[in-house]
Amino acid sequence: MTESIRSDGAVLLSARALSVQRGGEMLLREVDLAVHEKEIVTIIGPNGAGKSTLLTALLGLIPLSGGVVERRPGVVIGYVPQRLKVDAVLPMTVARFIALSAAGRPPDWETLRHLGCERLLDRPLYALSGGEMQRVLLARALSRDPHLLVLDEPAQGLDLAGEELLHGFLETLRRQRGVASLLVSHDLHFVMAGADRVICLNRHVCCSGSPTAVRATPEFRLLFGERIPGVGYYQHHHDHCHTPHGVEKENA
Amino acid sequence: MEEFMIRALLAGIGIAVAAGPIGVFVVWRRMAYFGDALSHSALLGVALGLVTGLEMNAVIALVCIGVALFVTWMHTRPEVPADAALGIFSQGALSLGLIAAALSQGARVDLMGYLFGDVLAAGWGDVIWIWCGTGLVLALIGRFWNDWVNATLHEGLATLDGVPVARLRLLFMLLTALVIASAIKVIGALLITALLVIPPVAARPFVRTPEGMAFGAVLIGVMSTPLGLWASYRWDLPSGPAIVLVACGFFVGALLFGRRSG
Repeated sequence: MTESIRSDGAVLLSARALSVQRGGEMLLREVDLAVHEKEIVTIIGPNGAGKSTLLTALLGLIPLSGGVVERRPGVVIGYVPQRLKVDAVLPMTVARFIALSAAGRPPDWETLRHLGCERLLDRPLYALSGGEMQRVLLARALSRDPHLLVLDEPAQGLDLAGEELLHGFLETLRRQRGVASLLVSHDLHFVMAGADRVICLNRHVCCSGSPTAVRATPEFRLLFGERIPGVGYYQHHHDHCHTPHGVEKENA
Repeated sequence: MEEFMIRALLAGIGIAVAAGPIGVFVVWRRMAYFGDALSHSALLGVALGLVTGLEMNAVIALVCIGVALFVTWMHTRPEVPADAALGIFSQGALSLGLIAAALSQGARVDLMGYLFGDVLAAGWGDVIWIWCGTGLVLALIGRFWNDWVNATLHEGLATLDGVPVARLRLLFMLLTALVIASAIKVIGALLITALLVIPPVAARPFVRTPEGMAFGAVLIGVMSTPLGLWASYRWDLPSGPAIVLVACGFFVGALLFGRRSG
């Protein structure tokens, strides 16, 4: 049922036969993809599968060597990059950083409060922890009132509680403000619980569809083996929960 | 006050005012080496100006802009590391400039002045040239300030905000070239980068905003100039090194008395 609702929505962003080449190597080969209104789409794939490259190509930040990317005219996209490194020599508060993107719009206090960014507003940007930076980047992306959020491994550096918060937050955004999300994730639990559609990428689209459908495909099992989310997967998180931020998950 | 001293002050202060806002971006974007490459190649412009007899300031500006364009183009060649490319270019241009100067008649006399600066030799034409450049720099920096700050933080995010990142990067390089070209006579090819880099870093501990840092850099640059000139006049020192040493004094003071973070 949900699937039919998604396909009814207008296409916000789509790619046809998208290819990216660098130094003679094919990083992405003939990728077809579409994100509809109010849809949550997750891209999964092993390291080096071209997930981040696909996002930057869709955003128009790197040149394509083939294919086309189409955006619905007037569509506003909020981008949350994987990381943002700020030098201590650049004086910049969180409030100012968010305002730079908002282009004169007043601050969205509700979102800032919801993300726990309110108390960070006067902090210098370079002094934020990994998890705090993720939330600030999300607040910045939302400050332009986007139709679509593009998030590159947003769960990275978040503990389990932070991850579930993020998952719930994207769901709330979709429901209340009609914001669609396209995200890259390593976290199969996150993917299976929160996405309408999963795209399995390994330099090309291996398989795509609803989480349950994708999980049943032989391609998925080939890429991810038996690492199907379950109780054991949660324990992996618990190992890392005690550090408040900056935890790089191996997902081994 | 004698007229040459007034000219020197006006020239020095004009350069400091333009070097402040340009310098903060040079520091934030870690482009000090780019500044070196430009200023060393400015000497090539001096030599060409001496040889051809054309308007010196214009020749220097053209050479600097040419170098800025070349360096921008080099970014598209990933097999040459950026810092190595700048190093090669910087030393190559410096050598070429020195050889061209050595070959041209009568140039030897002027060379020290162009290497280390001779603000006291600045004529009214130089003063006008400097303040025109400064006016242009301030107008463009003011117009694109937020966009430049945005792109300095993250080019991808800035692009999605609608900032024309590549064009602004080129414009910034051209403005840097212009400031360096107009500063060479006063500060000298070997010392210009110091005037771009020291005032922003010295201002950093006292500020909390990007604008504050630019204003602080201008303030420190503008204070260094008259003090350095006075020392230069009083003890017959070369003017460029005197100004740079005063700026270094501000930097040491900032290290000792400034806040640690913010």
